[in-house]
Amino acid sequence: MLEIKNLQAKAGEKQILNGISLTVNAGEVHAIMGPNGSGKSTLAQVLAGHPAYEVTGGEVRFEGQDLLDMEPEERAQAGVFLAFQYPVEIAGVSNAYFLRAAYNEIQKARGKEEMDPIDFLDLVEEKLKLVEWGPEIMSRAVNHGFSGGEKKRNEILQMAVLEPKLAILDETDSGLDIDALRIVANGVNKLRRPDNATIVVTHYQRLLNYIVPDHVHVLAGGRIVKSGGKELALELEAKGYEWLTEEAVTA
Amino acid sequence: MSTSETTVESLVGGEYKYGFVTDIDTEVIPKGLSEDVVRLISAKKGEPAWMTEWRLDAYRRWLKMEEPHHWGNLSYPPVDYQDIIYYAAPKNVKPLASLDEVDPELIKTYEKLGIPLREQKLLAGVAVDAIFDSVSVATTFKESLAKEGIIFCPISEALREHPELVRQYLGSVVPVNDNFFAALNSAVFSDGSFVYIPKGVRCPMELSTYFRINTANSGQFERTLIVADEGAYVSYLEGCTAPKRDTNQLHAAVVELVALKGATIKYSTVQNWYAGDAEGKGGIYNFVTKRGKASEDAKISWTQVETGSAITWKYPSVILQGDRSVGEFYSVAVVNGRQQADTGTKMIHVGKDTRSTIVSKGISAGQGNNSYRGLVKVLPRATNARNYTQCDSMLIGSRCGAHTFPYIENQTSTGRIEHEASTSKIGEDQIFYLKQRGLNTENAISMIVNGFCKEVFKELPMEFAVEAQKLLGVSLEGSVG
Repeated sequence: MLEIKNLQAKAGEKQILNGISLTVNAGEVHAIMGPNGSGKSTLAQVLAGHPAYEVTGGEVRFEGQDLLDMEPEERAQAGVFLAFQYPVEIAGVSNAYFLRAAYNEIQKARGKEEMDPIDFLDLVEEKLKLVEWGPEIMSRAVNHGFSGGEKKRNEILQMAVLEPKLAILDETDSGLDIDALRIVANGVNKLRRPDNATIVVTHYQRLLNYIVPDHVHVLAGGRIVKSGGKELALELEAKGYEWLTEEAVTA
Repeated sequence: MSTSETTVESLVGGEYKYGFVTDIDTEVIPKGLSEDVVRLISAKKGEPAWMTEWRLDAYRRWLKMEEPHHWGNLSYPPVDYQDIIYYAAPKNVKPLASLDEVDPELIKTYEKLGIPLREQKLLAGVAVDAIFDSVSVATTFKESLAKEGIIFCPISEALREHPELVRQYLGSVVPVNDNFFAALNSAVFSDGSFVYIPKGVRCPMELSTYFRINTANSGQFERTLIVADEGAYVSYLEGCTAPKRDTNQLHAAVVELVALKGATIKYSTVQNWYAGDAEGKGGIYNFVTKRGKASEDAKISWTQVETGSAITWKYPSVILQGDRSVGEFYSVAVVNGRQQADTGTKMIHVGKDTRSTIVSKGISAGQGNNSYRGLVKVLPRATNARNYTQCDSMLIGSRCGAHTFPYIENQTSTGRIEHEASTSKIGEDQIFYLKQRGLNTENAISMIVNGFCKEVFKELPMEFAVEAQKLLGVSLEGSVG
């Protein structure tokens, strides 16, 4: 589904990604872990097409298409979804209006019919259950005045409605209390299907108790320094990142 | 500057759709202003002698006044008042027996502007007075309104048919010597709308005037007078456009609202005059005086969406004369390219227990400069007066400006005045967030900006709220690329 080859990127003058290669197949969950500043979030942002980052080398193919050649909205329409670490507030625009606009853009891009507000509310009603929310959230302005946990739940709600092929969760666990973490993780788990894939970017192993990955990759200095199964996450929990970062430096 | 910022800026400043010129036989008088010109305009309108004198009095006062150039946060060269045509009118405009007699060229013009003048095509529930250069060319639904005793007609016609009514109220809210542009308008105004709603009558439809400047080098000086008698209600909307020309044109209007005891007047403006090109060449100077006077328990509400004009200078105000009267001002002002706007309101609390609300949303893009200027004045007699002001600015790009100049004068110990202000910037992150959800850049900006303006748009009559949203989309087009 996703094939990253030797990806390099910088922000301003600062080189952050130094050659990342990674293959993600349909049905898989990959965890990207690593210390602060290792390039985890950058990788997520670059895959989504954030304009602040400049790709300086390598290639990324998504279902055979050149992902790096696509506008952010084209990537979204093709089925790439980024759950943001810091979801943005949009005053005066209701969650319902925003989500329906997004849903219809994606429908349009896929040559499907747009949905009217009434039918859309029916669709959303089902999805709201995933994040244990009532319909009142739909009339609130997008993330406006939301708590940190509510914002993250809202990201998962959007993911549930937009049904991406590839979901990238960027530090979705940060700032969540244990109940919110459980709700968010449950939502993600219920959305897992054989034909979609998930990349979970996280600093801590904690989230991976709930969302169990098939593969774990450790990033340091803008490279993947170690890959393994879910047991690698536990090893990191016990030993920290230092031994790997040192390895990266000496290598 | 980052690439995404140029993107944001280029999204503002799309093509001005209304910049065409109508090719029609026009009668114009020579450029320049003098007592003779004032007399000529008055004669062309067939006005009573007292009206000619009223104009001449205004003209003589205007001669002694100076163009206000210093206090506004605006910069422009002094206007040459001898280089303006003060009267331009399509030929063959006579009193019409029916709308079928309107020049087809004019009908076409208004249709192109989205204002059909044929009644069967009209938006249900909106009556229109169409003003072309200096004269009114058509007024719709006059007869059905007349059945309710409502007068809705060009002010030139009102001066002939209802002189006493006009005489009683004209200049009662904005005196002839109020300010430089109001005095000029009083001397030379050529047309505008007159509305009278009788006691206790609720006007059954929206009333609307559509202003169009067509002739080059002409100014438009319209005068609108709306009187809502005791307990009456009226909702009125004005729209404006002009062709693209590379010289500046002056639009100096005066609007007076009189809300008698218990009456309500809701006045909405969607202003889309030509704004000049990206380098600031051409465009309309929109120097307008709008004011209402509210008697006991009366309410005056101004809503404005200002997207056009090279320069906007206007402060729709309310004198809260009567006890328990209410004043409101809801404003969205957008500047892009080299546009400048200095706009806001004055709420003058005279009566007891008066209340006023001000919600101002300023959007600056390109190299535009946007200022909110508002006065809240509570006079000693106005015990328990209340004001709430909210003033938000949004910046798109880094070469534009937003300024807030609130003036507060409270002469009571019981008055309560609240002021809130905020400035935000449409950031790369906001746009990226929406793009990541599948929206393109223009739709993303339009969604953010419309959300920002929501509190004002909800005050617009429903038929026009959608128009205003679209207009905002158009004027911000290209501000992000």
